[in-house]
Amino acid sequence: MNLLQTIRIALRALRRSKMRSFLTTLGVVIGVSAVIAMVAIGDGANARVQKTFEAMGSNMLIILPGASTSGGAFGGFGSLPTITWDDVRAIQTELPVVRGAAPILRSVASLIYEDLNWTTAVNGTTPDYFVIRNWAAVRGENFSASDVDAGTKVLVLGKTVADRLFGPGADPVGHQVRVKNVPFQVVGVLEAKGQSPGGQDLDDAVFMPSSTYLAKIQGGLKNVVSGVVFVGAASQADTVRAESQIRALLRDRHRLQPGADDDFSIRNLAEAASAQQEGARTLTTLLAAIAAVSLLVGGIGIMNIMLVSVTERTREIGVRMAVGARARDILLQFLAEALTLSIAGGVIGVALGLVVAWRLAVSFGWPVLFRADIVLIAVGFSGLVGVGFGLYPAFRASRLDPIQALRFE
Amino acid sequence: MEAPPLIRLEDVARTYVMGDVEVRALQGVTLTIEEGEFVAVMGASGSGKSTLMNLLGCLDRPTRGRYLLEGQDVSRLPNDALAAIRNRTLGFVFQNFNLLARTSALENVELPLLYAGISTAERHARAKEALERVGLADRADHLPNQLSGGQQQRVAIARALVNRPRVLLADEPTGNLDSRTSVEVMALLQELGHAGITVVLVTHEHDIAEYAARVLVMRDGRVLSDERRIPRPAVPPPPRPHEAVEGRVES
Repeated sequence: MNLLQTIRIALRALRRSKMRSFLTTLGVVIGVSAVIAMVAIGDGANARVQKTFEAMGSNMLIILPGASTSGGAFGGFGSLPTITWDDVRAIQTELPVVRGAAPILRSVASLIYEDLNWTTAVNGTTPDYFVIRNWAAVRGENFSASDVDAGTKVLVLGKTVADRLFGPGADPVGHQVRVKNVPFQVVGVLEAKGQSPGGQDLDDAVFMPSSTYLAKIQGGLKNVVSGVVFVGAASQADTVRAESQIRALLRDRHRLQPGADDDFSIRNLAEAASAQQEGARTLTTLLAAIAAVSLLVGGIGIMNIMLVSVTERTREIGVRMAVGARARDILLQFLAEALTLSIAGGVIGVALGLVVAWRLAVSFGWPVLFRADIVLIAVGFSGLVGVGFGLYPAFRASRLDPIQALRFE
Repeated sequence: MEAPPLIRLEDVARTYVMGDVEVRALQGVTLTIEEGEFVAVMGASGSGKSTLMNLLGCLDRPTRGRYLLEGQDVSRLPNDALAAIRNRTLGFVFQNFNLLARTSALENVELPLLYAGISTAERHARAKEALERVGLADRADHLPNQLSGGQQQRVAIARALVNRPRVLLADEPTGNLDSRTSVEVMALLQELGHAGITVVLVTHEHDIAEYAARVLVMRDGRVLSDERRIPRPAVPPPPRPHEAVEGRVES
């Protein structure tokens, strides 16, 4: 008997008890659709986390100056400006794993354009900052290193600021904006970044050369950075190495004795990002595991029904054996029935799971992500469940004694 | 060289172990059945006639002795080889018909051909032919529960015949039928016997055994008597008028 005939016999047997076949399949349908929907939701969450961190800038470290402990009292990071401009240059030039380093000097100020004003974060920095944060201008361009050298009064606007002062869609490039009564020329508008993981609007900011900032906005000590320093590592894997190299370099430059506390601190955002992603991935795994359990329950349902079916059809098995069916034929027949139930459940489950995930995405605005490999894995796994749980009933059927089976009432 | 007998049992015994008790169902049966014979096996329940049938039908193996079918010793063959013999050489008819429920007459008849690996088209053709032979060509698409007892048994006989066996084994084929339908079934079996098929029939009814040309009587696992005689021809009485219209006999 060939495979096609075996499958046809299985289908015929399943059609004879449609309701039971349907209910048995339902267990697998629910299991598979749960796996598909859960993984889609989990992957969606993961993708969202990844996107937020990418918006913040990839492979990024932040150096905060001044962790002073005097007499046991902890001054807090950023309480003392301890990083010099020379330190920044040293990090830029001496460490090969560092792609760039840029200071951020920040204060809040009002911007005025004609009769509109908007209060926002005003930042002084260097062009490296836009490279580190992977932040390009959508209109005009970012200021350059020569602007920093010359201290020109140029301004790059975040998307929110541009919208507030000029209205959405308008082109602010070339216009004059006054910051603390100093006229600045707008040279660029940055692409929208959206929200930080903390919910802060990253686009509500403007940027100018650090030299201009020190001269016009907020004076400070000439040789130290009264802000934080952003450092970009060459790759995500390099962030840990960059962190330790920066620490060693700064300790050396600041002449700190071994055992003395750092007078700065370093935050590794790439690490935070990967921890977040790890969390999202754990969530996906957990959801998939719970869904897999329900798939397992579906498999047990198949085994249960197949065992009942074998008992009910003992006489049929006896007749088949009497007219020439070998043990193998009987085994394959029942295995094909179990497999048909589980594969059908798998296919229906995939369809249902995709619909459920899509509905959730639409109704609740959850991000969902469909993966082809999960669909294949789910169908394959349901087939495996069918074979796994169908094998024992099929084996029992094939081992029946035809004489006993024919006499079975 | 003379052809070996179709069926040859040599000192065949079959002992079952049930718990601590040994049941000696057959205690040394020696028997030869030639091609084309019509044999009735009689005996009280427990006489060993069912055990004999199971052995002849290759559903069971003897504990002792040899069973030569078509000259081949089948008493020690593996299960798959026995299944092949049941499929090609033997045909079974049971007391309770044993048709697959919710499966059409045609598909029931096709069953042995399925395991013989015969193509779909030929299966249909041969099953139809077999149904025609038992006079049920017009009932091919009926389900067993849409057929009368006699019709069901005729479908079962068609199933037993479809793979052109040499031996037809019938275990109380009339046990569930009324006397009138019984005669019809016996007429069919006699007709097959005339066509050259060897028929072995188990029954405990004397008037059924009368249709056979040879009667074996079993007792306590042994053959008590073995006689040949002129069989009574089975002539079914003409159908009563309302049945002829109905075309269906309710038992």
